[in-house]
Amino acid sequence: MPDLLIELFSEEIPARMQTRAADDLKKRVTDGLVEAGLTYAAAQGFSTPRRLTLALDGLLAESPTVREERKGPKVGAPDKAIEGFLRGAGLTRDALEERETPKGNVYFALIEKPGRPAAELIAEVLENTIRNFPWQKSMRWGAGSLRWVRPLHSILCILSDESGHEVVPMDVDGIQASDTTEGHRFMGSGRFAVTGFEDYEAKLKRDHVILNATERAEHIWHDATNMAFALGLEVVEDKGLLAEVSGLVEWPVVLMGDIAEDFLGLPPEVLQTSMKEHQKFFSVRNPKTNRIEKFVTVANRETSDNGATILAGNQKVLFARLSDAKFFWENDIRVAEAGAEAWLESLNNVTFHNKLGTQGDRIARFTALARELAPVVGADADVIGQAARFAKADLSSEMVYEFPELQGLMGRYYATTASLSDKVAAAAEEHYSPLGPSDDVPSAPVSVAVALADKLDTLTGFWAIDEKPTGSKDPFALRRAALGVIRLVQENDLRLPLDRYFDMQLLRHEAHQGEAVRENELNSLLEEIAEHGVFGAAFKTVQEKIEDMPSSWLFGLEDKVPDTSRDLLSFFHDRLKVYLRDEGVRHDVIDACIAMPGNDDLNLLVKRARALETFLRTEDGENLLQGFKRANNIVSQAEEKDGVEYSFGADVKHAEDHTEKALFAVLDEQENAISSAIEAEDFAAAMGGMAALRAPIDAFFEAVQVNADNDITRRNRLNLLSRIRKICLGVADLARVEG
Amino acid sequence: MAQYDSKPRSFQEIILRLQTYWAEKGCAMMQPYDMEVGAGTFHPATTLRSLGSKPWAAAYVQPSRRPTDGRYGENPNRLQHYYQYQVLIKPSPPHLQELYLGSLAAIGIDMDLHDIRFVEDDWESPTLGAWGLGWEVWCDGMEVSQFTYFQQVGGHDCHPVSGELTYGLERLAMYVLGVDHVMDMPFNDPQSPTALSYGDVFKQTEQEYSRWNFDVANTDVLLKHFEEAEAECETILAQEHVDPKTGKRIIMAHPAYDQCIKASHVFNLLDARGVISVTERQAYIGRVRALAKQCADAFVLTEAGGYAA
Repeated sequence: MPDLLIELFSEEIPARMQTRAADDLKKRVTDGLVEAGLTYAAAQGFSTPRRLTLALDGLLAESPTVREERKGPKVGAPDKAIEGFLRGAGLTRDALEERETPKGNVYFALIEKPGRPAAELIAEVLENTIRNFPWQKSMRWGAGSLRWVRPLHSILCILSDESGHEVVPMDVDGIQASDTTEGHRFMGSGRFAVTGFEDYEAKLKRDHVILNATERAEHIWHDATNMAFALGLEVVEDKGLLAEVSGLVEWPVVLMGDIAEDFLGLPPEVLQTSMKEHQKFFSVRNPKTNRIEKFVTVANRETSDNGATILAGNQKVLFARLSDAKFFWENDIRVAEAGAEAWLESLNNVTFHNKLGTQGDRIARFTALARELAPVVGADADVIGQAARFAKADLSSEMVYEFPELQGLMGRYYATTASLSDKVAAAAEEHYSPLGPSDDVPSAPVSVAVALADKLDTLTGFWAIDEKPTGSKDPFALRRAALGVIRLVQENDLRLPLDRYFDMQLLRHEAHQGEAVRENELNSLLEEIAEHGVFGAAFKTVQEKIEDMPSSWLFGLEDKVPDTSRDLLSFFHDRLKVYLRDEGVRHDVIDACIAMPGNDDLNLLVKRARALETFLRTEDGENLLQGFKRANNIVSQAEEKDGVEYSFGADVKHAEDHTEKALFAVLDEQENAISSAIEAEDFAAAMGGMAALRAPIDAFFEAVQVNADNDITRRNRLNLLSRIRKICLGVADLARVEG
Repeated sequence: MAQYDSKPRSFQEIILRLQTYWAEKGCAMMQPYDMEVGAGTFHPATTLRSLGSKPWAAAYVQPSRRPTDGRYGENPNRLQHYYQYQVLIKPSPPHLQELYLGSLAAIGIDMDLHDIRFVEDDWESPTLGAWGLGWEVWCDGMEVSQFTYFQQVGGHDCHPVSGELTYGLERLAMYVLGVDHVMDMPFNDPQSPTALSYGDVFKQTEQEYSRWNFDVANTDVLLKHFEEAEAECETILAQEHVDPKTGKRIIMAHPAYDQCIKASHVFNLLDARGVISVTERQAYIGRVRALAKQCADAFVLTEAGGYAA
């Protein structure tokens, strides 16, 4: 069975696209071949800056012959029907076979598709793959119309077995397949022919190309860490950078250079970011001082001076880059030393979003909210206010303008420079967190308050202007912000009734939008919400307090704000389901808990859901759920039939059976225990109480027929079941739980 | 190439060598565009000539202005007025990369000692409505050129595709000549009787323009210029294709393009003066792009743009 080797040789492929492209080549070609009937034993894809390669072992030499039997019209059917059948089968009438069937004689067609040689199929599949390759971005070149990521220069495509190799004949837009390729652009020896994969890989290595990207990465990492180790230093690990650099070279040569003394005083993150972003350098750290003292660069070639010229050039470029960074840093320090007011001032002229005002507006809004969160996180409102006000100051700094990814971190340095407290400095950095599901969540109360306020302000803002995420579109990362709030609340065990904070912040946004805002109206409304927590009631109180006609703006909000607020809460509930699903809590269990009061308190909601999930996994839980459902069904059916509600009046004196009496006893015993456990938010205790109900309920259903002939007994029993229903529904809306 | 064995000694020698090299490779040696532009790409020999089906090959030096980069001549690499060397070949030849590497050798970069890399860098000009794919070329970690295959200009697909090379001359020359501050770079041969440094030629003008760009340029006047150039561009393009005086078909794509470029440069000046807000910025860019697109639409209707009557 032959092996297949394909290489698509082009001008430099962007590093970030190479791995995916090698996978796509493998997938598309193998899928195409298998579909055409050519199976294979093993496939491997490779990429370098100038080539995508696919090696297939043990390919069938030709596709198998396929025989198909097709049932046609009855013998004697109209000619038209028979002709149509013949056309579809590609046969003439004399090739049809007549067979007896229970429905009479019927024509059958036996179609045989002969197998085709591998080369023919490969040429078709490869051409199709090249012409439809899923590049993120592709281009044309010269006068042709073929598209590739960069100009495609040659196609190597050979089939080889023990007897030798043959080129698969094919031509794509004038590029003819051959058995030749090139090695390194500068260190290679021109075009050469290969006979199979092993020969190909070996000759590439001879011509200074390491085909395997993993091998290049390992080589780089090995040499870099060794060089650093020899000097008592360590390379700062960066897998993304390593992968990228491996895609920039065919023949990696690792060089280590010095960072001039002038720059060692820059924050290590600045050095690291500048070197990585601009130069693709690795940072080398002194573990004793934690300073970045050297760099590693990876050249694409060996030279007669052992890289001296290359290193000198790189060092010079780095000098210029770091001079810029140092210039930014020194300018920024001057502003920070003066208290950073100039930055805050300039943020008043920077648009955050054209409907949500400037960065200055935004800061004022979330600072107000952050202060209100002081009792929630247990920190001083003035410190929180100071931290919130300063949190975005570094967005005006030169360093963050140059390196946006340093936002927050620079804020921390500059806050310290501005002699602000450590809490304020920490909040400047930490309030962006958590950025992703695996990012750490801040725990310092001031940072938590600012982080929550920033995210809640963003969410309520985009809800207020109706720019919610839809489908895959979430340009303002609102899902991430909501997940951030969920994690901040969860991991810091905070009690945060979201509804009232939504209302307050939505009002602030509305005030920004409203044309004629009366500040005193807004303030009294905010005060009422803070006091009563409920928008509707607060609103009415304010309306009554304001003696002259409230402005039309105020009127319009009565419906709008609560609706928007509810919609945002249900967005949070959806995010929460995703969050809890990852830890194994079922969505129907969460739904059962969302249906309970206080569902805007995410912490309460999650505690309830976790306790219920745990309980339902036990045998008691499972059976109790069945018991509840049975009780619920019986009572509901009876209520429907009788047109009355069975909700009160079960009396033990009408109990006949001993299981019935026992059920009364256990309900009397557990009802208060469960409701006070719920009251105390001790859901585990509540579930324990529920577990105690299970056996008596099971025994009751086992022994007793609810719909007894005696009407008094029947009603008493229905009322008893209704008690069970009420107790259960006080824990969670079990009717929503599946199973 | 025996004449390149020696290292160049001055800024102008590097330019002369590039001129000689690309002339040998068959490019028409064009002269700079006589309008203020931000980059060599804006020369009509690139923007307009990259449109249409006719083959083209040109190379030229283009003085370029970026008002926001002014540093009063103090910064070692930043200038508000600098030079770009620009090559445009349509259709892009199959071995353009090798041709380009030959030009580096011509200016004294020894391929056996340096590390030359093609690093992904896609090019897009929002004001020209143009984009292309290519690389920035690194020599020992320093970006020495932009290499782009034009895909679209002025909203038109490029067919055939042009290959564009842009060299930042000062930066490249500083590297080749081993100079750390641009103002210290020899402009002409340091052995000549009147040896001049880059600073002798340009230090004062950098100061003058920096001051004017940042603090003096009259923004009201500039805003008016912008409106006028925009209006003039549209007026030119609104004329009938047949000239009533000569009776000939004369579409005035180039005069209109001059006005488009004028508007573009005025916008850059306004931007440097800090009078354009983020939202307005987009609107201005959109207005210039609309002009560029109309000029491109007009050019493809001309003979040079491939129009056949």
